[in-house]
Amino acid sequence: MFGYYLDLALRSLRRNKVLTALMIVALGLGIGACITTLTVLRLLSGDPLPQKSARLFYAQVDPYTKDGYVAGKTKPQRLMAYADAMNLLHAHQAERQVAIALTNAKVAPLRAGEHPFFSDGVMTTADFFTMFDAPFQYGGGWSAADDESRAQVVVISDFLNDQLFGGASSVGRIIRVNDHDLRIIGVLKHWAPQPRFYTQELGGRSYGDGDAVFLPLQTARAANMDPTNDDCWAVADTSKLETAPCIWLGFWVELSSDAEAAAYRQFLSNYAQQQIALGRFYRPEVALSDLMQWLRNEKVVPDDVRLQAGLAFGFLLICVVNTVGLLLAKCLRRSQEIGVRRALGAMRREIFTQFMVEAGMVGVAGGLLGLAFAEFGLWCIRHQPAEYGGLAHLDIHMFLLTFLVALVSSLVAGLLPAWRASRLAPGSQLKAA
Amino acid sequence: MEIRPILASLRKHRIPAVLIVLEIALACAVLCNAVFMIGQRVASIHWSNAIDEQGISVVTVNGADPKRASSEMPRNLVALRGIAGVTAVAAATSMPLDQNPALSPFVAKPDAQTTVNTSVYFIGSDGEQAMGLRLLQGRWFNADEYADSGFKNFSSTGHVALVTQSDANRLWPGQSALGKTLYTNATGWTVVGVVADVLAQDPKFSGPGGMYSSVFFPLQADGVMGDYVLRSTPQDRERVEREAVQVLGKLQPGAVVEGKTYAGMRSDYFADTNSMVWMLVLVCVVMLAVTAFGIVGLTSFWVQQRRRQIGIRRAVGATRGHILSYFRTENFLLSTAGVLIGLALAFGINLFLMDHYEMDRMPWYYLPGGAIALWLLGQVAVLGPALRAANVPPVVATRSV
Repeated sequence: MFGYYLDLALRSLRRNKVLTALMIVALGLGIGACITTLTVLRLLSGDPLPQKSARLFYAQVDPYTKDGYVAGKTKPQRLMAYADAMNLLHAHQAERQVAIALTNAKVAPLRAGEHPFFSDGVMTTADFFTMFDAPFQYGGGWSAADDESRAQVVVISDFLNDQLFGGASSVGRIIRVNDHDLRIIGVLKHWAPQPRFYTQELGGRSYGDGDAVFLPLQTARAANMDPTNDDCWAVADTSKLETAPCIWLGFWVELSSDAEAAAYRQFLSNYAQQQIALGRFYRPEVALSDLMQWLRNEKVVPDDVRLQAGLAFGFLLICVVNTVGLLLAKCLRRSQEIGVRRALGAMRREIFTQFMVEAGMVGVAGGLLGLAFAEFGLWCIRHQPAEYGGLAHLDIHMFLLTFLVALVSSLVAGLLPAWRASRLAPGSQLKAA
Repeated sequence: MEIRPILASLRKHRIPAVLIVLEIALACAVLCNAVFMIGQRVASIHWSNAIDEQGISVVTVNGADPKRASSEMPRNLVALRGIAGVTAVAAATSMPLDQNPALSPFVAKPDAQTTVNTSVYFIGSDGEQAMGLRLLQGRWFNADEYADSGFKNFSSTGHVALVTQSDANRLWPGQSALGKTLYTNATGWTVVGVVADVLAQDPKFSGPGGMYSSVFFPLQADGVMGDYVLRSTPQDRERVEREAVQVLGKLQPGAVVEGKTYAGMRSDYFADTNSMVWMLVLVCVVMLAVTAFGIVGLTSFWVQQRRRQIGIRRAVGATRGHILSYFRTENFLLSTAGVLIGLALAFGINLFLMDHYEMDRMPWYYLPGGAIALWLLGQVAVLGPALRAANVPPVVATRSV
């Protein structure tokens, strides 16, 4: 029976090619727009470390003064001062803890005659690589002892290794960063979690390529490398950021259970109280957000991207209403055919199914076309200047979703026409003929 | 034109009529909001900026040894002045729209508070000429002020500053800003001049309050100034930029030298906005096309269904004009219903967007604008099917189908 419906649907669709083409193109455009924007939205709101994000937390305390402070309303500062980061780091109250700042690292060329260039650098502490699951191609990270002794070491990314050393193991080689010689102790495999969660508030991009060089925080500071972003609450000698009244570090901890998270939150709160007692702090607020919560707080997904997705759904809705209208027109035009079929014994249910099959076929065709439009849309986005542009690709989930959206929207569109068709009284239609 | 028969006929074809109304309503709601968003973004792309945008090129030198700046910078400036076509050269810490904000809160009293983030610019000798600032009141910095002002802890060790007109009005409303003292962190500077509004380093970040809030300080040769600003005629700027990069690349082999024309910097800053505008325009056009084709499809079907009735009307004396205006009036009634619902919907969507996104209230004139657009669209779309209806010969009335 299903085969027969398919045959009938094909005949009917072929009978009025313009109308059919109109329906399929409109549906295809709506679906293409939706899938394009949804792919981007999913990409941008994704989990950068799915296996671990629930165990990673961003800690905040607030060293600012009473100026502009409203008790209970003011959120704690989003960055940390050096003294607090070091106190928390050395307290070892979490399984792992890491302080991070970003910097522009001037890398000297290895060959004479080439120009030096700037690379994205990360100034951090020993736990960074294990905590964020950054995989090594050659060598490894540095130790907490290296942090303290300002060891002249550096970890570089796969792409910098390719650029400077042609992809061979460069462990043990020396590169010159900010006019200081550093020994390479590790080379990462490709590592660029999206969104770039650890760069939030630190003055870096939210999406795109990974960072090129990773240095121990104190080594980098000794080499006069400045954080990309800092914020000071009083007149500050910014050449001595370690003691200046400035915040410029992000602080992450790894905690394996809710109980540990609760305990750490309590620890932060106690720390703030203790600092208030010492006269360093005025504000008692602290915060501890898990990775995904932190990304939501940071509003990492640009508003424009969410607006585009909303707009695309509005557009799809218009396309579906359009398809309802055109399907209805088509099916009412065939009143006589329906009358004949009913008179020959077809049940209402069968007429209904027949028209739903026709709507479904429009949906599948619209889905195929929508897929083409989505591929085109994503191609356009890849050629846009946006920092996430290069990442926009259709994956298997979105591929399947395309057909799901297509089928659902075409069947929803087909419901009303099919129901109307199945309600037609056979007698009057035959008489009219 | 008698409306009652049209209403009667619409009542018999309720579902297709409702569908047309719905489609027009949705299109109207989306169109109003999309056009409003386009308008806002286009306005931001054209934000005015009182510097000589067309004539400036900027060459950035990063990673030079700051200790040698006092000797290297004057040498670099002399070399850059030697480039043919360059009318002024100066060093500066940053430029409007360079997305590298150095912000401070500036107030009129030492203990006052503000939420406005002011962009801070330090300019070297001739900076006002090289950038093409426009002086509205007061005077420029003099040679002594340039020579004696240093840079410490992110602020000027000098005693003078230039402010923009927006800041002058914000800080000293109704008074002249000249001679007043400008404070941040309880340190004060005397305002010696007011310049026309210069954009912030990142106006999207600074927001409406801070986009024209900028303050300029004089600065002697200091390594903190990484930008060399060159002014020439617009025709020369590309060549000047290229030659300046070569000159500085030779003079500072250990540093990273990058050049851009200011026009390039501006289009880089607005590249995202620009592509969003094009995407919105595309969606609007395609949406209107889909709506129009939907109206064409449904009306054609209608015309075909009513061929006999049209024939009868023609047979009893209706002219082609009558038939034409019948379908046009019918479409006008449907469009009106759609537009009315659509306007309410557009207003609702705007309220929702204001709640959830950084969006302003839509000015009222977008609503009638959207309404007129959809009325016109409906009339254009219905023309084809209506003409076909008008061409139905009266003889159809005598045939059975």
